[in-house]
Amino acid sequence: MSDTTQDLGAAQIPPDPRELRLQEIRRRAETEVFPSPQKAPSVLQLPTASGETGYYGTPLLKSPGWKAEIPLYFFVGGAAGAAAIIGSIAKLTGAEPRLARDARYLAAIGGAISPALLVSDLGMPSRFLNMLRVFKLQSPMSVGSWTLMAFSSSTAAAAILDTAKQRSKLFGPLRIIESASHFVSALTGSVLSTYTGVLIGATAIPVWNENARLLPFHFATSGMAAATSMLELRGHNSPALNSLGILSSAAETVVGASIELRKHPALRPLKSGRSGWLTRLGGVLSGPLPLLLRLLAFSGDQKRDTNLRKVAAASTVAGSLVTRFAWTQAGAASAADPRIPLQLREAKAAIEKHQAPAIPTKLEKTVKAD
Amino acid sequence: MSEVTAFLTDSTLCIGCKACEVACKEWNEISADGFDWSGNSYDNTGGLGHSTWRHVKFIENGAIPGRGGNSPGKFAWEFSSDVCKHCGNAGCLEACPTGAIVRTEFGGVYIQPDVCNGCGYCVPSCPFGVVERNEDDGRAFKCTFCYDRQKAGLQPACATACPTESIKFGKLDNLRVEAQLRLAELRQKGLTDAQLYDPQETSVAGIHAFFIVRGDPRAYNLPPKPEVPTIYLRSAWKSAAATAAVVLGTVLLTFLGAKGR
Repeated sequence: MSDTTQDLGAAQIPPDPRELRLQEIRRRAETEVFPSPQKAPSVLQLPTASGETGYYGTPLLKSPGWKAEIPLYFFVGGAAGAAAIIGSIAKLTGAEPRLARDARYLAAIGGAISPALLVSDLGMPSRFLNMLRVFKLQSPMSVGSWTLMAFSSSTAAAAILDTAKQRSKLFGPLRIIESASHFVSALTGSVLSTYTGVLIGATAIPVWNENARLLPFHFATSGMAAATSMLELRGHNSPALNSLGILSSAAETVVGASIELRKHPALRPLKSGRSGWLTRLGGVLSGPLPLLLRLLAFSGDQKRDTNLRKVAAASTVAGSLVTRFAWTQAGAASAADPRIPLQLREAKAAIEKHQAPAIPTKLEKTVKAD
Repeated sequence: MSEVTAFLTDSTLCIGCKACEVACKEWNEISADGFDWSGNSYDNTGGLGHSTWRHVKFIENGAIPGRGGNSPGKFAWEFSSDVCKHCGNAGCLEACPTGAIVRTEFGGVYIQPDVCNGCGYCVPSCPFGVVERNEDDGRAFKCTFCYDRQKAGLQPACATACPTESIKFGKLDNLRVEAQLRLAELRQKGLTDAQLYDPQETSVAGIHAFFIVRGDPRAYNLPPKPEVPTIYLRSAWKSAAATAAVVLGTVLLTFLGAKGR
């Protein structure tokens, strides 16, 4: 180019600064903005898709997007199922009739609220009866829907016939129906308080399916703890309820400890982040805290012991509720993390944030440093 | 029953034009899903969802000699059109409590929108994160494998619109053979990192939409070992049964013990 200028006899004229600027831009474009491949990674820290990061660290799985109704249902249904068991066995063993009746009512109320909660979370509540179109053993959601139907109706029948019996003697067939309803209610109640663990355990979400074996036990004990505690808060000071409270809070303590001690990376959402703290809060409120309070409540001071048990009961109910929300949130956090399903190695910043890192603005500076 | 049909998506032929995304949206009359910059190469679609049944991925991962087009120094840049895998053993289908999700006569997995009641259980049951609930009415949606078009003897909209025949549609058995032939051809041309993603040895029992990709399939968000969640059912139900027995027994013993006292 400079040759041409000289040819035209304009050598004395200083080159146009704007022309020089264009030359400069071209030189930089060639050498800096599109650097040699060896330099490229250190200069342009663009988000990458690779065998280490997955697809830019974006989630692979999807969480079900359940609203608060579902964890609330896990809590209500679990407690109702356990209450039905207590009601039927209290009646069978001839325990205090008032306790058996209150347990029955608790189960019936839970059996009425549960379908309402489930229906309201459906995308199309008007189609809730589609749940009863088919029965699929391989779908825990289908098994659960049918179980809940049987539970709600048998528990309601048991509660109504129980009340009727107080007024007048039941005649023949009704007596058989009453006994049958107690039996069916306890049986379906034991399915109702465990199947929710199967429901979330048999999914593609790593934190759930990694605990497929633990969850039915965890949810059932949590439900049993909540049911006994609710009855205690209702004013029943029965030694049987207290024993059940001690046993279930001890079981919950073991469950909590086992979660803390297990090192599997799929359990990360149970130990870190918001879902991790919720899990720990729920664990303490339903495990060691009520266990300690109940063990302290053997001082012999009647009033003090009763109060301690009531505090333990309140803590247990809150803990059971928090636990269900914790597991739901842990599932959402687990679905958002592609590391387990993609079998990626640990600690990639891009994945931690689920966001691509910002394109560096100090491009020029970095180049000069090189 | 007609023969089982399939997609073979050959990423080495994809030019990232997104014609499949557009064709799918237009044919199936799916709503737009906003306009947002992701910062992840030219992929501003994000991922498959209730309103995205084809999704073109842009795989950008630094300079790998020979992978960046004609210049050895250019960034490696690959494109791949993702879609529902129509698993041989489908998690969503097994999980659906209403029977809304069925297997069609073409072997595809189809959600009947007039039966689905929006319980959402198919969503966490998909090992590929394909199914999603629509925000409007909460029902689940995903690729229909253009069931309507197949019924009429046509090939799916995306395959019809693909300008490079990166998306191939045909009989499952034929396409599996074709995939192997194409793979051999690519390897012969020196693309030694080309491979077929079709997990047949896991519990999903083969997929009806398989992919030829270059390099690690994980860069394409393709899981190495997708499993159908029904494999967890046995241990979970066993645990539930044992728990129920223990709970019933414990409550019985507790009440009997309290009575005896």
